[in-house]
Amino acid sequence: MSLPALRIRGVTKRFGPLVANEAVDLDLARGEILALLGENGAGKTTLMNILFGHYVADEGTIEVADEAGALRPLPAGSPGAALAAGIGMVHQHFALAESLSVIENVVLGTRPLLAPGLGLRAARRRLDTLMRDSGLRVDPNRRVGALGVGEKQRVEILKVLHRGARILVLDEPTAVLAPQEAEQLFGILRRLRGQGLSVIFISHKLGEVAALADRVAVLRAGRKVADQPVAGADKTALAALMVGREVVPSRRVPQAPGPALLVLDRVSVPGERGRPGLVEASLTIHGGEILGIAGVSGNGQAELAGLLAGMKTSSVGTVRLAGQAIPPGPAGAVASGIGRIPEDRHRDGAVGSLGVAENLALETLSSPDVQRWGFLRFGRMRETASRAISAYDIRCPGPEAPVRLLSGGNMQKVILARAFESHPRLVLADQPTRGLDVGAAGEVHRRLLEARNRGAGILLISEDLDELLAISDRIAVMAGGRLSEPQAVENVTLAELGLKMAASGTGQDRAAA
Amino acid sequence: MSAILDILASASFWAAALRIATPLMFGVLGALICERSGVLNLGIEGIFTAGAMAGWLAVHLGADLWTGVLAAALTGAVFGLLLALLTVPLGLSQHVAGIGVTLLATSLAYFTYRVVLPTASTPPRIEPFGPVRLPVLSDLPFLGPALFSQTPLTFLALTLFGLVAFVLYRTPLGLAIRAAGENPAAVEAQGLDVHLVRIGAVVTGSAVMALGGAFLTMSAFNAFFFEMTGGRGWICIALTVFASWRPGKALLGAILFGAFDAFQLRLQHEVAGAVPSQVFLMLPYLLSIAALCLVARRADYPKALMIPYVKGQR
Repeated sequence: MSLPALRIRGVTKRFGPLVANEAVDLDLARGEILALLGENGAGKTTLMNILFGHYVADEGTIEVADEAGALRPLPAGSPGAALAAGIGMVHQHFALAESLSVIENVVLGTRPLLAPGLGLRAARRRLDTLMRDSGLRVDPNRRVGALGVGEKQRVEILKVLHRGARILVLDEPTAVLAPQEAEQLFGILRRLRGQGLSVIFISHKLGEVAALADRVAVLRAGRKVADQPVAGADKTALAALMVGREVVPSRRVPQAPGPALLVLDRVSVPGERGRPGLVEASLTIHGGEILGIAGVSGNGQAELAGLLAGMKTSSVGTVRLAGQAIPPGPAGAVASGIGRIPEDRHRDGAVGSLGVAENLALETLSSPDVQRWGFLRFGRMRETASRAISAYDIRCPGPEAPVRLLSGGNMQKVILARAFESHPRLVLADQPTRGLDVGAAGEVHRRLLEARNRGAGILLISEDLDELLAISDRIAVMAGGRLSEPQAVENVTLAELGLKMAASGTGQDRAAA
Repeated sequence: MSAILDILASASFWAAALRIATPLMFGVLGALICERSGVLNLGIEGIFTAGAMAGWLAVHLGADLWTGVLAAALTGAVFGLLLALLTVPLGLSQHVAGIGVTLLATSLAYFTYRVVLPTASTPPRIEPFGPVRLPVLSDLPFLGPALFSQTPLTFLALTLFGLVAFVLYRTPLGLAIRAAGENPAAVEAQGLDVHLVRIGAVVTGSAVMALGGAFLTMSAFNAFFFEMTGGRGWICIALTVFASWRPGKALLGAILFGAFDAFQLRLQHEVAGAVPSQVFLMLPYLLSIAALCLVARRADYPKALMIPYVKGQR
């Protein structure tokens, strides 16, 4: 355990006035799994991109152990040099060519460009051995585009191993995986650790860090604020280190649900691009409750959300909100009192080039607060926006600031303000904390609970099971377009949810597992 | 009806089809190399003209024919390098840069022609490539005159198709080119230089395109004159889509277009006077559009085509 694999000293990186990394030291031993923990924007990915040569550090040195174990300086700014030194990186967004086969992706760049052949036969033999040793299974002849997310990740790791890497960097590898797949990945990583591989594992989920890592380093605002063994580390203390203040998790106080609010009766929505869509879903949401929908993305959640947001129409079945049909279209949804927090806030939630005030007004263009005689009332809009900015703690230069300049968390607060300020009867929250850090996610949870406590019904679609278990009153699972019977959160266990998520479903991600 | 069959059954028709297809073969192959790496080369029309000019000029000034071919290829490579520098490291719009290169290359070719021949009223002719006779093959009945009585450039084009297909699918270089057009981040993550791969592909592809121009002056018309490329470059861009970016289908598409064109020429003869000749001139283009509609709807295009790659940005 004491043989060093990597030594980073005093690495500083600035992007203009922003300091992404400041004098960061980091050590990694051979056969060690190090978790790099931190909020979004804490500098984790920047540090790893420097290690892999995508960026050049302004100051500092990086040394990597060679095969004999001696530390040698790593040339900066060259992914080729990083690969040669035995560093392999699996990015959050996979670096795979989709129309090429698995084996072609693996051999890309491993032979001199002007070599006469691809050497596929030798590569396939080597890949077979690697797959046997590591437990990573995938058909080398398949087109990468036809693989599920979990399989693509396996291809990425195999690529790194095929290169003979001694250090594997994984950037938030579990963000795209179902719980079982994540568990499988952890098993494989432990096995590889046993074979002498060193792993750096970027995450902002404390549970994963505790389950997998030997040691944890915490980054906050570009600086390393902690570096300690995982054994004996306190989760709440780590969370506080990460955020920089005490984190008080939102508490759900049980309350009796109100009358039935939204009733879906055997509703089907056709899916796109071969996805299952929504298949004969029946569902009742009461006032004053949060109904959580668990499941891996692409199993019908988009269709369910689209239906309630007025963006999609059902082919069969009835949808009633407080006993009435919802008028068609997004405007109909808004008029019937549905507050919407879309899954992709950049695409569906906000118009990046418009200001905070304009984005807040988008759903109420005909209200007297926004226009009179067909002319926008900028004064009123600014007032409304200023109130929202202070009430929701939106960090921005002002009401006119284009929202594309805001961080993900602050953009989400704009959308929250728009959804909640109209006092909706029903709130549709589709992956409301995706990509948000602990602090911003906590704020979203607080607002959702607040709306629930005053009697609104909330449909919470999420892939984050911890989130669902923390704030939902009842939880249903979506797989293959079908909804399971919702159960009270008190009677639900994590393992059971995972099983239901993996059951039936499209199964494509797990076919080769 | 029997007239049509007579045309299709004549060896001279297929010989003409192959001859007409040759510049398109070079063009579509060049465009394919560029686009497979992720760069749309709309400089093609101008590169055709410049290649035609350079090849003709070299021979006119006394060089031998193969030196002329080399001059055309080098000229194409230079314009390719210009386009590559604009679109790859600088990441400018490939449409704008490509059309710019077409305008520049065309004008430079015309300008050079006027500088060299300030007073000529009829374009001076050169002694062009003659047909080569291949042992055995050229003596085959029907097939001999139909397929094996072409000039060397046609055989060069056919050979290049085999070579490019081999490089693209059987060598690390080809894999890198295909990956660069699909997901440049994957190329970078494997330690290769995306920009170098793309620049190389555009320069090579442009050199191949220029050979198509050289064929026009050195094998077909024996002289250089204005507007001689007649939109063949644009046809090649469409043929690339028709071919779904595959060399085999690209060859087929070029020959198909050549056949359409040879066919309408002969049909004009058959029914002279009954139908205006312009209708026949239109025919190959109409048929191309129809073929494109049928084939290209589900074309599997290179995903990173026309997207500049900026290091460290995703």
